[in-house]
Amino acid sequence: MSTIASLDALRARREEILARQKARNGKIVINVSLATCSIAAGGKVALEAMQDEVALNGIANVEFMQSGCMTFCYAEPTVEITLPGKAPVVFGGVDEAKARELVTEYVMKGEPVEGIIPVTYERVVL
Amino acid sequence: MAATTDIKQLRIATRNCGFIDPESLDDYIAVRGYEGLAKVLTMTPAEVVEVIKTAGLRGRGGGGFPTGVKWGIALSNQADQKYIVCNADEGDPGAFMDRAVLEGDPHSVVEAMAIGGYAIGATLGAVYIRAEYPLAIKRLRKAIDDARAMGLLGKNIFGSGFNFDIEIKYGAGAFVCGEETALIKSMEGRRGEPVSKPPFPAQSGYWKKPTIVNNVETLANIPAIVIKGADWFSSIGTATSKGTKVFALAGKIVNVGLIEVPMGTTLREVIFDIGGGCPDGKEFKAVQTGGPSGGALAHKDLDVAIDYESLIARKSMMGSGGMVVMDEDDCMVSVAKFFLDFTMDETCGKCTPCRIGSKRLYEILDKITKGHGTKADLARLKSLSDSIKDTALCGLGQTMPNPILSTMDTFGHEYEAHVSQKKCPAHVCTAMLTYTINPAKCTGCTLCTKVCPVECISGTKKQPHVIDASKCIKCGACYDKCKFDSIIKM
Repeated sequence: MSTIASLDALRARREEILARQKARNGKIVINVSLATCSIAAGGKVALEAMQDEVALNGIANVEFMQSGCMTFCYAEPTVEITLPGKAPVVFGGVDEAKARELVTEYVMKGEPVEGIIPVTYERVVL
Repeated sequence: MAATTDIKQLRIATRNCGFIDPESLDDYIAVRGYEGLAKVLTMTPAEVVEVIKTAGLRGRGGGGFPTGVKWGIALSNQADQKYIVCNADEGDPGAFMDRAVLEGDPHSVVEAMAIGGYAIGATLGAVYIRAEYPLAIKRLRKAIDDARAMGLLGKNIFGSGFNFDIEIKYGAGAFVCGEETALIKSMEGRRGEPVSKPPFPAQSGYWKKPTIVNNVETLANIPAIVIKGADWFSSIGTATSKGTKVFALAGKIVNVGLIEVPMGTTLREVIFDIGGGCPDGKEFKAVQTGGPSGGALAHKDLDVAIDYESLIARKSMMGSGGMVVMDEDDCMVSVAKFFLDFTMDETCGKCTPCRIGSKRLYEILDKITKGHGTKADLARLKSLSDSIKDTALCGLGQTMPNPILSTMDTFGHEYEAHVSQKKCPAHVCTAMLTYTINPAKCTGCTLCTKVCPVECISGTKKQPHVIDASKCIKCGACYDKCKFDSIIKM
């Protein structure tokens, strides 16, 4: 891959990435918090359980991603799920059973599942 | 979705944590990553320094020194080589905001270091990070490698002629190495001990070259300031402290976690509105800010608007942002002793006030918590604390007495009770505790006799029991087991 040698090249690269991310809009995005502490609390268990449940149910349009600290230590492991056309929702206390329930109830049927962490912050977006 | 009025947090330094994949350069570029660097490379270094000065950004590692002023000093010092160092030697008990940023958004720190390097005229940067943070190291290393592969670090960045690269240095876990001069010694492969200032590192630092040491959170703010502007940043916060601060809420608080709030937010908002107060309906008693260098703030301080000055005025300090919350069950003398135990272990031993003073302070506190303290000990504690503050070489020693001074100030009656009545009002110091049975309430169910590990409770079935105080080890097992509240702890 070539290097980014100018501001214009950086901007072009960003447009490309944003276009790619936009194409993802039709997909279900499952973002699992995997900082050291989230992993210790069972973040990877939650991720694997959800991947397994998605495969078991043959859901094709799911994209998994990892992120760092979601800041909610009291509710680890935490998972953010974005359904197409809907605002992202963060769920806390996602143990293996909850992870599977999130797939079968929230992802597949859009049914509310307990453990939603309200958005209590404003995030600066550059 | 929460109502607008509930929104007290503003995330600048942690703007990307939890939202992007920290191991993806593309994810960072998507949130306008490296555009700040591209922008400053079209400015003069002096202009960049001016932006950071105007923004009013101050060091988030504890001291609160204006970052732009620091950069300006390094810029004006001529040298064949200068360095910018990221201090990621996070060590305060209960503080983990730097790890969260490095594990959640490492590119923001890499980009900020390049911006700082350009501003002061440094072509080399180093991150001093504790080896106990393996995942943070892994993600940071990947960020540096990916940025280098893409030409965002290295030679002739964005075709500007500016060269900059970053290396990683590992700390071995000594708390004192968070102090910038000790950190530099450790980076040079020497013993991690501070040296007296001046000269400041910005004049003579790493390998005696002008060196800037900035904390992780400080750096994470910089790309946002460059892109959104100094005026935007300085419009947030108080008269003397601009922007936001990340705090790690720990201890007796419902919503344990990381929060980021504008400077000027009150402690009440942080602890009750965001933190949810103390668990199990317990009464809030105090909050230790600034880790082992800070002090305990209490009820009377709840409406203080948090900034660097207001905390210092209350014998505490901002520190790196640890907030350890204590409830009614915590003994403040024991809390002070806990922090002194930490600093006593972590003193590097170079200067006498810190090396020996910490030990003596700890011994006096230990004596008080064991019920052997006297009024003279309280006076000694105070005068020794004052002399250490005045004479220690570095920040570690100078701030070490803060937990004692602030708790003596606010909770003086607890110290008094320990020495005069030989009582611990919070019932924590076991040496001064006695367990007795209230015969009016005791049903003689014998449950307590079964859990007592030293068999010091006796009595006939269905008759009030008694505790033999001479044998009791004060473990509290009977107190926890009794269903009739008949056991009295005093």
